[in-house]
Amino acid sequence: MKYEAVIGLEVHAQLLTDSKLFCGCSTRFGSEPNTQVCQICLGMPGVLPVLNKKAVEFAVKMSLAVNCRINPRSIFARKNYFYPDLPKGYQVSQYTEPLSEHGHLEIDIDGGRKRIGITRIHMEEDAGKLLHGEGIEDSNFSFVDLNRTGVPLIEIVSEPDMRTSDEAVAYLKALRDILVYLRICDGNMEEGSFRCDANVSVRLMGAEKLGTKAELKNMNSFKYVKEAIDYEIQRQIDLVENGEKVVQETRLFDASKGITASMRSKEEAHDYRYFPEPDLLPLNVGAKLVDQARETLPELPEAKRARFITDYAIPPYDAGVLTATRELADYYEEVVKATGEPKVSSNWVMGELLRLLKEDGKDVGDCALKPSAIADLIGMIKKGAISGKMAKEVFEEMYKTGKPPAGIVKARGITQISDESELAGVIDRVLEANPESVDRYRSGKVQLFGFFVGETMKATKGQANPQAVNKILKEKLAG
Amino acid sequence: MDLTSLTIHGLSEKLKNRETTSVEATKAFLKRIEEVEPKVRAFITVTAGEALKSAGEADKRIAKGEGITPLTGVPIAVKDIFCTKDIRTTCASKILEGFIPPYDSTVVRKLKEAGAVILGKNNMDEFAMGSSTENSAFSPTYNPWALDRVPGGSSGGSAASVAASECVASIGTDTGGSIRQPASCCGVVGLKPTYGRVSRFGMIAFASSLDQAGPFTKDTTDAAIMLNAMAGHDPSDSTSIKAEVPDYRTFLTGEVKGLKVGIPKEYFIEGMDKEVEASVREALEVLKKAGAALVPVTLPHTEYAVGVYYLVATAEASSNLARYDGVKYGLRVDETGSLLDMYKKTRDEGFGGEVKRRIMLGTYSLSAGYYDAYYKKASEVRTLIKNDFDEAFKSCDIIATPTAPTAAFKLGERVEDPLTMYLSDIFTISCNLAGIPGISLPCGFTKEGLPVGLQLLGRTLDEGTVLKTAYAYESATEWHTRRPKI
Repeated sequence: MKYEAVIGLEVHAQLLTDSKLFCGCSTRFGSEPNTQVCQICLGMPGVLPVLNKKAVEFAVKMSLAVNCRINPRSIFARKNYFYPDLPKGYQVSQYTEPLSEHGHLEIDIDGGRKRIGITRIHMEEDAGKLLHGEGIEDSNFSFVDLNRTGVPLIEIVSEPDMRTSDEAVAYLKALRDILVYLRICDGNMEEGSFRCDANVSVRLMGAEKLGTKAELKNMNSFKYVKEAIDYEIQRQIDLVENGEKVVQETRLFDASKGITASMRSKEEAHDYRYFPEPDLLPLNVGAKLVDQARETLPELPEAKRARFITDYAIPPYDAGVLTATRELADYYEEVVKATGEPKVSSNWVMGELLRLLKEDGKDVGDCALKPSAIADLIGMIKKGAISGKMAKEVFEEMYKTGKPPAGIVKARGITQISDESELAGVIDRVLEANPESVDRYRSGKVQLFGFFVGETMKATKGQANPQAVNKILKEKLAG
Repeated sequence: MDLTSLTIHGLSEKLKNRETTSVEATKAFLKRIEEVEPKVRAFITVTAGEALKSAGEADKRIAKGEGITPLTGVPIAVKDIFCTKDIRTTCASKILEGFIPPYDSTVVRKLKEAGAVILGKNNMDEFAMGSSTENSAFSPTYNPWALDRVPGGSSGGSAASVAASECVASIGTDTGGSIRQPASCCGVVGLKPTYGRVSRFGMIAFASSLDQAGPFTKDTTDAAIMLNAMAGHDPSDSTSIKAEVPDYRTFLTGEVKGLKVGIPKEYFIEGMDKEVEASVREALEVLKKAGAALVPVTLPHTEYAVGVYYLVATAEASSNLARYDGVKYGLRVDETGSLLDMYKKTRDEGFGGEVKRRIMLGTYSLSAGYYDAYYKKASEVRTLIKNDFDEAFKSCDIIATPTAPTAAFKLGERVEDPLTMYLSDIFTISCNLAGIPGISLPCGFTKEGLPVGLQLLGRTLDEGTVLKTAYAYESATEWHTRRPKI
């Protein structure tokens, strides 16, 4: 490889507060347009913002989770530009003095670990949405939905530490997992509650100086992020190879064509005329708020995964799958707690449960099946009360109905007979009924063993524990 | 008995004693408005129906003797910069055409809750930008003392309506002198409280870090009564101050013995109007005679105040006025062209010349490459101006100056010369930059019969000493009792 890419990401994450950043309106997604608005988020004359404390708490949590240093005093600033989805004509954001700075997180890449620097995290309000929907394509009008206006966002700006699209996606996934773990963002890229812009440049391998960057927008899935970055890297390399220059510009990703196209050049870029927001006081985040946030910080995905590997001795792959969400990890841990069998528990949760959930497009939170029921099932298998094969069918019914396994097994009449004295009695009767075969077996015709097993199964309607039958038969026939 | 000549405390007394009713008083004011408005034009909107209705309600309360305040049943006027629920609010601009707020500003709500009767909305300079009320999109307001002269601005309508006895009192806003300078021009009392003392919620923003609401009244006692009703922390305004509100009437003792009155040399400058200077110096002697000590103080950064103000205020204004874009409310011009066309035409037709000038100035001072030299530098100098006052208040309790360098000037005289117009506020601007309280009260008349104003500036949140000093001066003089003949 002659060239290397330099990638930095700007992520906007919508915070899961009930109300907006500066007013009491609901933040619920998907309501009728302009039903979650008031004079404040509509930017009517004379109205003033009041900061949502919950949003600050959430932003502080994220800052701590990615090792940022929290500024005791940060300043809200106005970012001025005209657009119909921005009712005040400015967005309240933070500029020169953000909430927190100098963080990092680690990603897994190519079997190793890599640290990605986080430049800053700041708070800001979301803008509304323009709708160019049905029936109005031919008209001169667009419609404005301001439900989203004023929804709290944090912007997380990375250092230009990534070199490939895979690293960028790994970083994004790690970031999203943390946000979701903290329960401060739902991480939904399609609905836009987790959005990403990428700054991409290329340079000769080993060069110190950064190349001219392009900013990529409009990538609403991990797949598109990867495609857009890969396309852009190649486009820039081709330009350089042909002796042309990369221009600094904003480019939009076109998912249908898989390409990026110029949206506006540096010359056309807005001058946002940032200045301190005079309607809000400086934000002073005291030690108390930081301490409280730190105390309520949950175990984060990376730490949890490491703990699962060491404490439960399960393979890294299992640990990765089981810690994908906090809910799944908690679920798994409950099963383990009840069974004391980490690997067996993992097999059931990761294998059977996730397969069934995936078929239904559901999350573990939507699932009627309780961890204690899975633990019961595992216990029954261990005791030999049910065969492994039967257990899978029972599991499916448990999953569908939410009922505990004992009832299902009983109703189906599939309890396995493992009681040795009970089985010994059955086997005695089988042997008494077939004296000839017993003689032939004892005189060397060992292939007849299967016949005795079959007869025993027939006599128990298939409910005998095969291992136990084998053991008892061997003893009796040897007799 | 002419009810329109009464003060708040005078009318309140009569209402309490059942010598008159609020409906009767309201009718008297509505009649007075009808008579003098063609000459004065202090109102953009008169809300006779609503006023009579709330006067009726006030009378019922008075009859029952329930929940009565000194403002119950008292007819007042409100600058058209305060949002009033279900009453059109224009800010004297075409761009807000048809805008009817679905909410009351906090100040209006508090005054309504205190029982005040709102007669209507006062004329003003568009978006409070101006010193003469000539920048109204509707009409200029004429000074009741001399109809060929301006009433000052931007709260010219509010000042003139009190001077012309069209209301007992009114409220205005002061960003760089917009209460005190028109009060001086119209011979009434105008009080600008400490920044943050009165909520800004629902008050249409010109320059957010400077804007402050305050009353126009016929005397200092009324100013204290109005401030009692208006002041206090508002959870809807993050910049409003969380501090106890004293009963400002308790400061009206007339006692100023030992009070140190600072006289800043920077406010008695060469070339200032001789008659104004003479009246103000005479006023200082009155305070001295009452037992106050006059001490020289210095406010060395005063010369930068106008420059700093026109950078900070215009920068904030350029952003505050961005919301008037034709998308959501108010005027929209040209729905057939592109979005950019609509923006341009709406704002071109909707805003007047002075507003556009200030938006351009402010946009420039915030622009990349200029921010550090203009906005940022101005903010730094602003701190120095504030420090000047902190330093001066170490050696005095109150500062006395002229309110304006001249008495009311003629209509049209300064319209073509914005710089001279801006200098009308030369003595009032520093107070806003420092965030401190200030008052203007009548202290004499020129030979032509035009009022002259004395300005008193106090420490942060020390409206008490401001009112105390003003009351002592007022008690020793009769200027405030004079009314114009229209």
